[in-house]
Amino acid sequence: MAWFKRDKPSVQTPAEEERRVKTEGLFTKCPDCNNVIWKKELEGLLHVCPKCAFHFKIDARQRLEFLLDGGQSEEFDAHLRSSDPLQFVDQKNYPDRLEKAIESTGCNEAVVNVQGSLKGHEVVCAAMEYRFIGGSMGSVVGEKITRAIEKSLQTRKPLIIVSASGGARMMEGVLSLMQMAKICTALAQLHQEKIPYISVLTDPTTGGVTASFAMLGDLNIAEPKALIGFAGPRVIEQTIRQKLPDGFQRSEFLVEHGMLDAIVPRKELRDFVADWLVFMSNGRSAGQ
Amino acid sequence: MMSKFEELTELKERAEALPPEATEAIAELTLRITQLEESIGKENATAWDQVQLSRHENRPYTLDFIERLFTSFRPIHGDRRFADDTAIVGGMALLEDQPVMVIGQQKGRNTKERIYRNYGMAKPEGYRKAVRLMQIAEKFNRPILTFIDTPGAYPGTGAEARGQAEAIAHNLRTMAELQVPIVATVLGEGGSGGALALSLADRILMLRHSIYSVISPESCSAILWKDQAHTQQAAHALRLTAPDLEHFKVVDEVVPEPPEGAHSDWDAAAALVKESLLRNLGELQVQSAQQRLRGRSEKFRRIGEFVE
Repeated sequence: MAWFKRDKPSVQTPAEEERRVKTEGLFTKCPDCNNVIWKKELEGLLHVCPKCAFHFKIDARQRLEFLLDGGQSEEFDAHLRSSDPLQFVDQKNYPDRLEKAIESTGCNEAVVNVQGSLKGHEVVCAAMEYRFIGGSMGSVVGEKITRAIEKSLQTRKPLIIVSASGGARMMEGVLSLMQMAKICTALAQLHQEKIPYISVLTDPTTGGVTASFAMLGDLNIAEPKALIGFAGPRVIEQTIRQKLPDGFQRSEFLVEHGMLDAIVPRKELRDFVADWLVFMSNGRSAGQ
Repeated sequence: MMSKFEELTELKERAEALPPEATEAIAELTLRITQLEESIGKENATAWDQVQLSRHENRPYTLDFIERLFTSFRPIHGDRRFADDTAIVGGMALLEDQPVMVIGQQKGRNTKERIYRNYGMAKPEGYRKAVRLMQIAEKFNRPILTFIDTPGAYPGTGAEARGQAEAIAHNLRTMAELQVPIVATVLGEGGSGGALALSLADRILMLRHSIYSVISPESCSAILWKDQAHTQQAAHALRLTAPDLEHFKVVDEVVPEPPEGAHSDWDAAAALVKESLLRNLGELQVQSAQQRLRGRSEKFRRIGEFVE
């Protein structure tokens, strides 16, 4: 017989898995300063770390949403899709890679073309999607960027290209490489027509994209700490057989060497571009 | 090539299981298999064979061709910005008494030369020298002949700091704007962006055993297979041979080589290049500058395959 009698029922502890507060997916860690950030907060900050101003990668549609005026954008050439001209097979089939990329990104290819407005300036804008096979440029990316340039030529609207790419797409071989030539030929026409072209380089922009249209803007501007270069850091390390110093090929390094016009934080991008568009638009009467 | 061969073999096997009325079909298939086998033996060496031929150490290099194609080659140096890049040579020359601007990538034949030429890998100053020479040609209305033979643009720290990507990009746009005729000839290795920087031409000619690729088979294997064991497979997958590039309409003409390859007879190889150069240049020179610019732009505009 017990000395004390329990009148109330004992405290019921919840099952093991229910005891944890579900935080998975709610928070993210800044890769630069290790600060833990609430994802909702990060969205409100244009995906820039509130503590160290690290710029997280954002996808093409988000980019366009941040850059352009709301509700004004109209996508074009979204239907273009890659074929497999080389019938390229490595460890995976190229069509399987494409299918997976389309599924995971919701984009048909690694660039999204829109006509829209930026603080009231009508523009043509192409934003690259890094999650789509590393933002690599094959025939479709080359074709869509060329068509964006042609849209600019037809409408005389300024062109903005936001790059994020590992370079040419191996799986389309030399056809990928030749897209650089195709785009540069179209850009030459834009240049001669004196239609403004602003190139925005984001993390990372390397290889054939840097060595063609990304470096041919009237302005080449970049987000802070973006990796920008011709060869990738690993290739350079193999060539020189040394470890590269911190900050090599980052935006700041390029500005220091005179290879970029400006580093523009994400939250200032709209204002920066808009002011330059004022400068570049209808300036021809100024000299008369 | 192989897959088609296997396909036909399999078809033949199936056909043999058929009743006698299929004998005609079998005979036809057997004939085609023999034809394919013969073509593999002769013309169609494997892609990897082609890669090795394009890098053959006795293959004539740019200066070897210049010596045989032109008279009065007068090289000039430097980009007037930073340095002279010895991986790119250039200057005026006479092609059958006609003044032309010659610009090409130069490899070295022994260790000392290879280091001096940086293995034919140009730095930004090389591309800036090239564009400076092209602008001289434009000013004095002389055709430009470029020669391509490079593993690629140099991937080093200095080259990055001085804007390798910008230098190549600037060349591409400038070449798209030049009014004078431009003919590019791929002599050996056409390595990625480094080769492209001299290729935005009215005509691209390619020697039969040269290659042109977005990436070297070695790097492609390292990236896609994560090892070096699949280099040959990568070479095949990349479709980098001269006939491949002609098929994709990137190259306008495949220039034949002497039966044993350009390395076996430099004079004969140069004579074949000269014939092709003169003919193509002649065709371009009867066009107006406007026609050439339109043709050049349309040539590149068409490149690419996709589903609309």
